[in-house]
Amino acid sequence: MADALFSVRGLKVALPDMTRKPLFGAAPKVEILKGIDLDLPRNSVTGIVGESGSGKSTLGRTLVRLIEPTEGTVSFNGRDIAHFGETELKPLRKDLQMIFQDPMSSLNPRRTIGAIIAAPLRHNGVTGNLAKRVAEALTRVGLPQSFASRFRHELSGGQRQRVGIARALALNPAFVVADEIVSGLDVSTQAQILTLLEKLAAEMGLTVAFISHDLSVVRRLCKQVIVMRNGMIVESGPTDALFAAPKEQYTRELIAAIPLPEVDPNWLNMTA
Amino acid sequence: MTGAPCLDIFNLSATLANGSRVLRSVSLAVAPGEVRALVGESGAGKSMIGKAVLGVLPPSVHIVEGRITLEGADLTGMPPKQRRAQIGAKTALIPQDPLTALNPSRRIGPQMTDRLVKILGWDAARADTRIRHLLDEVQIREPERVIRAYPHELSGGMRQRVLIAAAFAAEPRLIVADEPTTALDVTVQKQILRLIAALQREHGTAILFVTHDLGVVAKISQKVSVLYAGKIVEEADTHALFAAPKHAYTRALMAATPKYTDPLASLKPVDEAVLAGLSAEIAEADGTWRAHG
Repeated sequence: MADALFSVRGLKVALPDMTRKPLFGAAPKVEILKGIDLDLPRNSVTGIVGESGSGKSTLGRTLVRLIEPTEGTVSFNGRDIAHFGETELKPLRKDLQMIFQDPMSSLNPRRTIGAIIAAPLRHNGVTGNLAKRVAEALTRVGLPQSFASRFRHELSGGQRQRVGIARALALNPAFVVADEIVSGLDVSTQAQILTLLEKLAAEMGLTVAFISHDLSVVRRLCKQVIVMRNGMIVESGPTDALFAAPKEQYTRELIAAIPLPEVDPNWLNMTA
Repeated sequence: MTGAPCLDIFNLSATLANGSRVLRSVSLAVAPGEVRALVGESGAGKSMIGKAVLGVLPPSVHIVEGRITLEGADLTGMPPKQRRAQIGAKTALIPQDPLTALNPSRRIGPQMTDRLVKILGWDAARADTRIRHLLDEVQIREPERVIRAYPHELSGGMRQRVLIAAAFAAEPRLIVADEPTTALDVTVQKQILRLIAALQREHGTAILFVTHDLGVVAKISQKVSVLYAGKIVEEADTHALFAAPKHAYTRALMAATPKYTDPLASLKPVDEAVLAGLSAEIAEADGTWRAHG
């Protein structure tokens, strides 16, 4: 694809399996991603869906190079970053951001919200009025500026996830991985967070990899979808087309398994 | 509803030590053999109601008013020992997280028979036969392996099957299912819901099904109670509720629930006016309650 921000070819990732680690010596490796090819078009939201253990989070973490792949290429803006070292990655880090699933564990309990949002700015050599940048970041996600002096535990779940978004977007990145960012939230809060992400992605021209197990959410938010299973891509394509006519049996099963908020006495008896 | 309900909660209010109300004059009934969904967002008190029924409220929560009647026996007025015997004999729980509900250092088999042998006084052989039968009913194909397995050796879906089998083993009259599929993948969730529905029908068990997911409510229940801030804001037949939700909050919840068949009309944030209306309703209810009490 000509205007792809990311182009991934033959991506394989193997991670140590700590459950089988012998007392002495290295843990045996288990292959999590088994050959992934994908293109992420610029300025659009791509959904990566799959059930637990499908490798969707590992894929997201490999894209922002929190994980080094064992094989294959990960080309970002035309450069293969698959095996970049920390020094080569450093200038790219500001463009590769991540919003984590659980803000309760990804926000430092001992630091103020302001310090948490300022941290990536400081690390990436932003100087000058950091407080102003933090205030802007808070406003952008719909939080009052006074929240800069608060702590994680003083916020509700939805507010915490807004802080997670503010931190990821503080550096105006080109690319963001959103890894199950609403799975711990109530439906009403979930709707607010997704609407916010949708709006910011459009305003800032973000390229987003939206990782989720919820196909209904993906249907609403994403332009294209990648369905994963067991470390491989089962099916991918434009969201409308994929939902209108899923080609693979597994995709059909996934869609059929979603309980829609509609009474349907036959649903429990249907197999796919 | 014909005849006496299996579970009848009447006007139940509970407070914390500081006097703040966590349950606000809750009334709901579950008829024998019926599935009633109790739906609400986090903090609404839906698990609290389940815990009140099972007599396992945290010590900080006090029931200050109301009655819980199980098959005609008033649990709230009973001496604790007798109450525990009633609850132990007639109810069971399907918990949310099967990993924390199972003891990691014991094999599955004894954990399943424990309740039958130690609480209900069955002999070991009868209990063993019974759980094998139930494991078969929850479609576990290698009962021998599962009985000898430790919890970590089973998948999430298998663990939940084990707990469902254990819940139905003593033929309880009422099961409290507390978000039993929330931790599961959608395809596994569907299998588990199917299983619960089938066993429920076959055994004629009443279920109080606690969930936050309106999709699950629509598929599993015949009756629904919608809970907000410890108050039931709407109660209806499941069919009627989805056809024509009456309360603004129920409508807002439905509009917020993602729906792949109608992406643009779903995932709508809850309107401020709806929340303001709810706060007013809660304040009014508390005002009347204080004046009355």
